[in-house]
Amino acid sequence: MSRVYVLMLLLFNGLGQALAADAVQGEVEQQVLNMPAVLMFLIFVAATLMITYWAAKRTRSASDYYAAGGGITGFQNGLAIAGDYMSAASFLGISGLVYLSGYDGLIYSIGFLIGWPLILFLIAERLRNLGRYTFADVASYRLAQLPIRTLSALGALAVVALYLIAQMVGAGKLIQILFGLPYEFAVIIVGVLMMLYVTFGGMIATTWVQIIKAVLLLSGASFIALMVLSHVNFDFNALFEQAIAVHEKGEQIMGPGGLVSDPVSAISLGVALIFGTAGLPHILMRFFTVADAKQARRSVFFATGFIGYFYILTFVIGFGAIVLVSTNPDFFNSEGLLRGGNNMAAIHLSQAVGGDIFLGFISAVAFATILAVVSGLTLAGASAISHDLYASVIKKGNADSRDEISVSRIATLVLGVVAIVLGILFERQNVAFMVGLAFAIAASANFPILILSMYWSRLTTRGALIGGFAGLATAIVLVVLGPIVWVDILGHAEAVFPYKYPALFSVVTAFVLIWLFSVTDNSERGEKERALFEHQFIRSQTGIGAHGATKH
Amino acid sequence: MSADLYEQVKKNPKFQQLVSRRARWAWGLAAIILLMYFAFILLIAFTPQWLAQPMMSDSVITIGIPLGLLIIIVAFVLTGIYVHKANTDFDQATQQIISETEQ
Repeated sequence: MSRVYVLMLLLFNGLGQALAADAVQGEVEQQVLNMPAVLMFLIFVAATLMITYWAAKRTRSASDYYAAGGGITGFQNGLAIAGDYMSAASFLGISGLVYLSGYDGLIYSIGFLIGWPLILFLIAERLRNLGRYTFADVASYRLAQLPIRTLSALGALAVVALYLIAQMVGAGKLIQILFGLPYEFAVIIVGVLMMLYVTFGGMIATTWVQIIKAVLLLSGASFIALMVLSHVNFDFNALFEQAIAVHEKGEQIMGPGGLVSDPVSAISLGVALIFGTAGLPHILMRFFTVADAKQARRSVFFATGFIGYFYILTFVIGFGAIVLVSTNPDFFNSEGLLRGGNNMAAIHLSQAVGGDIFLGFISAVAFATILAVVSGLTLAGASAISHDLYASVIKKGNADSRDEISVSRIATLVLGVVAIVLGILFERQNVAFMVGLAFAIAASANFPILILSMYWSRLTTRGALIGGFAGLATAIVLVVLGPIVWVDILGHAEAVFPYKYPALFSVVTAFVLIWLFSVTDNSERGEKERALFEHQFIRSQTGIGAHGATKH
Repeated sequence: MSADLYEQVKKNPKFQQLVSRRARWAWGLAAIILLMYFAFILLIAFTPQWLAQPMMSDSVITIGIPLGLLIIIVAFVLTGIYVHKANTDFDQATQQIISETEQ
């Protein structure tokens, strides 16, 4: 595998913060069974299953199942959001990117972080005040339930499905390398555990799995970074000097390295990261697990802190790997390539600074990380099916809440089986484009409707529907015609659409069409929808009438 | 929640004040974040060499590194500022508006 190819995959996969697929690319050789890693992973599984059992006993109502009864504190939710957002790919992918090209890794980290303050300023409190279980609650607040719920559920399911496949494939390969387990076996373990957590423990179990994972990942990464810094006596200049001395690119690793070259791609990537983050269904759903707008804001504050801290750690870890891993022949195979690929840099570094036991710990953390992310995704997908499609579209809002939860549990099982099957089918496929596409869809279909429904009084169902579908379609078509799918996967010589990131174009398309078809909507229904804005606005500002926490 | 209640809230001048104050803060801070981020992206696209020059003559640390870290820190600090402002000032005003509204 050429360096250029790896770089290209990394570039695109940088989008895939929750993607483990970019952790490992191409064929991987299965390693010998890693006992410390397996033991530590079993401890994690035992603990999370106990939590699931405890959560299952506390899950009585729909509110418990979808939103943990609104009883999660801002601090806990901040950790859980961080756990949902910091994936094996942010950890392995970004530290691998720093290992490969230095400064470029920091550019990516900043892109992933920068959406969070905006979510706080513009979305978090209104979302909490208006919604109940899913972001479609908010998008369809004053619009026609049937079409808007359907569109939002489709947007959510598209994002969840693409993400899940990428996660499953990444999980299988990663676990194959780290634990020495066969690929199919690894995919099935991930799928079955995820189904257990979500079906029985709902949002309460999912939240705690994410919190535990966040704590494990943050402590593991902190320890590695600390060991790296102690190696250079806490002198950053020395760390960078040593890295420059051994890296083949030398001083170039200290500045931008051409990952973001032309302004259009750069801005388009920024748009995808910022608006995509604000349109991810599993992330938006986390805002309904807290009691009120105050706790929702606190959630983002803590989440931003943890995520920002984590990205600073990955930067140190990447440079640490240049100094401690790239100089050690034990970590390279006979062809002189890093064992398992460049994204294994952080894993090898954990062995270099903490020995086999710590390597086992970090491997178990990587596995736990995948589990936490897929659980959140699956719950969001199941909620789109049960709360949006079943209860609101099929039953027109008259579903029995017990039936609704049963549907959600069945949907979880179906999603789990589908994820396992697709994970196995896609083993040898290039899934790198999937997370990029998921972000593009989130930014172009989910986000415009959500933000305009909260901010723009003149939005109507007609505008939202046409613009939302156009955003969805544009994102998909431009990714297919772009360099990654059209050239790399389908093998055509030249891309029809020259940019890797379609977000700039698809997001603008969505906004323009939503605007156009809303302002020209003279229907009676459109007038009614505009009139309802004031009521919605007062609720979004004051929380009057918002769904509170349920007490047991 | 009766329509009448919403009518009362809407007419309360404190509500209008709250709305415009919150909008100023939220959009103002959002503008800072967006300007900061896209300025950074354009620097990378147009003058990467500026970011890659050392900060001091005896150091290999380039301008880009503290600048990147600064963006992360500023993003976190601004969320802190907004949360503090909203959880004290805005929430107090909201409580006042609700208590002034006849239940």
